Amino acid sequence: MEDHEFGFRTRALHAGTPPDPTTGARAMPIYLSSSFVFDSTEHAAELFALRTYGNIYSRIGNPTVAAFEERMASLEGGLGGVATASGLSAQLSAVLSIAQSGDHIVSAASLYGGTITQFSVTLKRMGIECTLVPGDDVAAFSAAVRPNTKLIFTETIGNPLGNVADLSALARVAHDAGIPFVVDNTFATPALCRPIEWGADIVTNSATKFIGGHGTVIGGIIVESGTFPWGAKHPLLSEPSPGYHDMNFAETFGEFAFLMRARAEVLRDVGACLSPMNAWLLLQGLETLPLRMRAHVENARAIAAFLRGRDEVAWINYAELDDSPYRALAQRYLPLGAGAIFTFGLRGGREAGRAFIEALELWSHLANVGDAKSLVIHPASTTHQQLTDSEMTAAGVTPEMVRLSVGLEDVADLIWDLENGLRAARAAATVRA
Amino acid sequence: MILTSPSQRRDLLARSHTVAMVGASPNVIRPSYFVFSYLRTRGSLEVVPINPAVQDIDGVKAYPNLAAYAAERGAPDIVDVFRKASDAPQVAREAIAAGAKAIWFQYGVVNDEAIRLADEAGLDVVVDRCIKVESARFDGGLSIGGHNSGVISSRRPAGRVAT
Repeated sequence: MEDHEFGFRTRALHAGTPPDPTTGARAMPIYLSSSFVFDSTEHAAELFALRTYGNIYSRIGNPTVAAFEERMASLEGGLGGVATASGLSAQLSAVLSIAQSGDHIVSAASLYGGTITQFSVTLKRMGIECTLVPGDDVAAFSAAVRPNTKLIFTETIGNPLGNVADLSALARVAHDAGIPFVVDNTFATPALCRPIEWGADIVTNSATKFIGGHGTVIGGIIVESGTFPWGAKHPLLSEPSPGYHDMNFAETFGEFAFLMRARAEVLRDVGACLSPMNAWLLLQGLETLPLRMRAHVENARAIAAFLRGRDEVAWINYAELDDSPYRALAQRYLPLGAGAIFTFGLRGGREAGRAFIEALELWSHLANVGDAKSLVIHPASTTHQQLTDSEMTAAGVTPEMVRLSVGLEDVADLIWDLENGLRAARAAATVRA
Repeated sequence: MILTSPSQRRDLLARSHTVAMVGASPNVIRPSYFVFSYLRTRGSLEVVPINPAVQDIDGVKAYPNLAAYAAERGAPDIVDVFRKASDAPQVAREAIAAGAKAIWFQYGVVNDEAIRLADEAGLDVVVDRCIKVESARFDGGLSIGGHNSGVISSRRPAGRVAT
């Protein structure tokens, strides 16, 4: 090993996966084994006490899953990763690693609907309260922080509003309050933005999206920087843990405290682990992530330019456009491109939106984003339908909104299909008028 | 020489056989015990506690100080320091007197005088790093834990932890 800083594309291919030491296999083997034998009773005891590294049981760790974790940690620029069954379990596990009943978190309101529900319904039932504030209002985050607030949360690019978070400013608010800044980076991926470089302490990703990249498996990952100073404000990390002979994670593991607790207590007890099969597919996806993201962005720019020239389109929310309120933030935090997921509104409201989606042939109508194939959905009746009216407004979801996840097809074919949809939307709007 | 790069730390660990651990604790939840126990059970380095308050840790005889260690076992390859930073210059003097080839200051044990003393005496010096973490970085342990080892290689790994 030479002391050389490897680039992003090299790490997307190599990090976490040197040749298999046992067989020499160059591709990462899929270790489909629930459990792993111990060398001796002493070895078993060392493993269970967290004093040595090794495999015990695939709910807690697995060699194929670990390879995915290491590669993601490398790409996000973190100390390590903990993979989970889904993006939502990554977020839940990140929160439960820091907060417990009686605690409070502050989050941007413009989030994936499932995250809003997880925070405002499920976490609330567990005794963790969440205050949702406008994602653009840095002062509102600051004002919402209480003595029992344990973290600040945002998405890099909000779903579906397309707002770009002011990561540095929010990191400052969190750090001034002595709490970590948690960023979900699903829409940007580390190929376009690495929140840790802008002050984030913990990054979550739904690996289901661009990381897997092919719409195949569900998975999630937490990556942590290893630089947050866990102290008295964070007793789950800095006080004796009854689950481990009253060990204090921060004192014993230092910079690894969060990662160790997230795995050894939260993943162990919640059980939302990633399957080795899925980890392998996610590793395959990561190999081409930098190339795919560049192509996704290129197509998204072409589609946005096309829609902008059409009378049927009332508005477009894409942070790259010169009239976007998020253009400056996108130029700062997403210089390679503001992703490939954006929304637009059709004249003619919900009816025009319905006619548009139903007329499409090539774009898939489904509830996912970040597939290699182009996807379309109407958020108000699907991904965000469970929200209250005020939550929906705060999340930026309007009745006429259509969300696109631009794939890797020939852009001419995507535009051909959109033209059919727009024709149907115009007809629906005319009938209605 | 002050070792700052990953390959320097890897090479130091590869050429060393004995570690005298100053401040090793028998308390099973102390960081020094975690590191002691890890090195002892991994077996690639022979680790010995330096602690006047204990007879042994897990059956490994402890020495009250580095001079007593050196008198009986010879010069240690590495003196690993788990003491507060203000004690570090004294430990550095004792390590130099014991003929240690290297001194390793654990996380937070950062003292400019101690670093200078050891460096000027010709010892290899590692500062603000953990010998367990660095061992695990190069033998695959960190990777098994999903941590970012920083290691990129297409050569078949030798001497990694068998999984």
